[in-house]
Amino acid sequence: MKIVVCIKQVPDTTEVRLDPKTGTLIREGVPSIINPDDKSGLEAALQLKDEFGAHVTVLTMGPQQAEAALREALAMGADRAILLTDRAFAGSDTWATSCTLAAAIKNLEYDLIIAGRQAIDGDTAQVGPQIAEHLNLPQVSYVEDLKYDGSSFILKRVFEDGYHLVKVGKPCLITTLKEMNEPRYMSVMGIFDAYREKQIEVWNLKDITVERSYLGLEGSPTKVKKSFTKGAKTAGKVFEVDHKEAAKIIVDKLKEKYII
Amino acid sequence: MNFKLSQEHIMLQKMYREFAENEVKPLAEEVDEKEEFPVETVKKLAKYGWLGIPIPKAYGGAGGDNIAYAMAVEELSKVCATTGVIVSAHTSLCAAPILEFGTQKQKEKYLPPLAKGEKLGAFGLTEANAGTDASAQQTVAVLDGDEYVLDGSKIFITNAGYADIYIIMAMTDKTQGTRGISAFIVEAGTPGFTIGKKEAKMGIKGSSTCELIFENCRIPKENLLGKEGKGFGIAMKTLDGGRIGIAAQALGIAQGAIDVTVSYVKERKQFGKTLSYFQNTQFQLAEMAAKTEASRLLVYKAADFKDKNIPYSNEAAIAKLFASATAMEVTTKAVQLHGGYGYTREYPVERMMRDAKITEIYEGTSEVQKMVIAANLLK
Repeated sequence: MKIVVCIKQVPDTTEVRLDPKTGTLIREGVPSIINPDDKSGLEAALQLKDEFGAHVTVLTMGPQQAEAALREALAMGADRAILLTDRAFAGSDTWATSCTLAAAIKNLEYDLIIAGRQAIDGDTAQVGPQIAEHLNLPQVSYVEDLKYDGSSFILKRVFEDGYHLVKVGKPCLITTLKEMNEPRYMSVMGIFDAYREKQIEVWNLKDITVERSYLGLEGSPTKVKKSFTKGAKTAGKVFEVDHKEAAKIIVDKLKEKYII
Repeated sequence: MNFKLSQEHIMLQKMYREFAENEVKPLAEEVDEKEEFPVETVKKLAKYGWLGIPIPKAYGGAGGDNIAYAMAVEELSKVCATTGVIVSAHTSLCAAPILEFGTQKQKEKYLPPLAKGEKLGAFGLTEANAGTDASAQQTVAVLDGDEYVLDGSKIFITNAGYADIYIIMAMTDKTQGTRGISAFIVEAGTPGFTIGKKEAKMGIKGSSTCELIFENCRIPKENLLGKEGKGFGIAMKTLDGGRIGIAAQALGIAQGAIDVTVSYVKERKQFGKTLSYFQNTQFQLAEMAAKTEASRLLVYKAADFKDKNIPYSNEAAIAKLFASATAMEVTTKAVQLHGGYGYTREYPVERMMRDAKITEIYEGTSEVQKMVIAANLLK
């Protein structure tokens, strides 16, 4: 089985600060990690490898530093790592990103493509499904459990109020939730191998076939007009009183704030 | 000279820390309190390759260097010195001498299961009447046909009872003094080999420290490690390597104590201010940090010399002498900075201070390290 896992390097915090002037994320001083949903996707791929034998390729689009995330994936047990990097890719929104990743995947063999549900620095949950559309593949998103019966995958797709069990043949794309599993640690030998025996393949624009106008900032239909940090809300206070008392408290509070 | 860690070492450190934080630290208090050998942790360490770090890939190891190994013991010992010494004794005192002095057959037989952590290793030199004076060995090994027959006993053996493979020193010729000592590989379960009294210790309570008893214990002739009469040299060289492990353990204990103290003094308030505000706290911490960093450089230097095949006996002795004294000093200060709470088992510094003491004693006392260092100066 050939598996391609798409991963993203993200800042290790859900409390990223924004530069008030440019509206972009301040990444300096924040350690980078593999996006948690993606890491669980990688773990799912490695479990398939352990049980059935598989060749696992990790793919990421990003700046040169994203190499660290790929090394980590190799040290966990991935077989091949590809870094898609080019100035032409800079400023991509989800559409441009998925076009680029899909173009790269077209150069690879696969039975299963795994992407994390969404990245903690963007939360769009769009890239995985868009790749499936570009590649005309069946897709199952929000996967929390994966089983393989030798020919098809049996997937548990979760919703807020329940789940579906979906059986899907190869090839297909799934997006995974971090709740799916507990990703393994890198192993000592895995780390040595990641640096001494395995290579990070670097692919640029010239290595993929893609419509140029779909790429980067230019190719991104999303335009960020303004971004801002949401003001922090205070915890609030709960009064357990009867309705008359409650009404009085509300009116008093509104008066106190000069709202009425 | 390069003081910058390689990318490889940085990634190892990251993994070591994540593992130690999630898998080892939560058990440290219980392991100490119940004096329980952390069997499950050792299995996990095996799974991720911690038990064969400096063993070549050809023998099932990770093919790593001794700095990577020292860093592993350091990171484990930051949160649990018991776990640190299990790895150190296994690697430095059992796998390493087989790698260095073993025949091809011995290496092929014993190293893969040790490096993969399927089997655990231990080392037996000390006897009731042969501590620092290791030459006063009374355990004897007599060649009888194709077998050596071992009789005698060893004390204070780390990993005893849990180990599967033991490197044992015994006299093959009593008339020759240290030149009459030979080294043997003895497997657990060999008839005549039993585990005796378990020691009740001050620190590293989760590590198993027991007596080994040999009564008419017959082992195959091919389990002689190195040549007959070369055991003392093998033991001394093995301990040179072991000192890097113990110095790394001491370094880890010191760093661990600093880490918990830094968070404590930022929270604990007296006279309306956090302890971190007071200059005494700052100066104590600064001294603790400076000595710990010096220890780190000494430990890494000794490990680096070993990797580069430069004689490192003196460096290992200096590293162990300094790092163990630092561990003792830093943990004592850490307890003091914690005040009354530091003396209770509610905070880990109490355990760390008890754990630190042994690093000045085992695998050559601080006095032995001074003898090695002075002999090197005065030769």
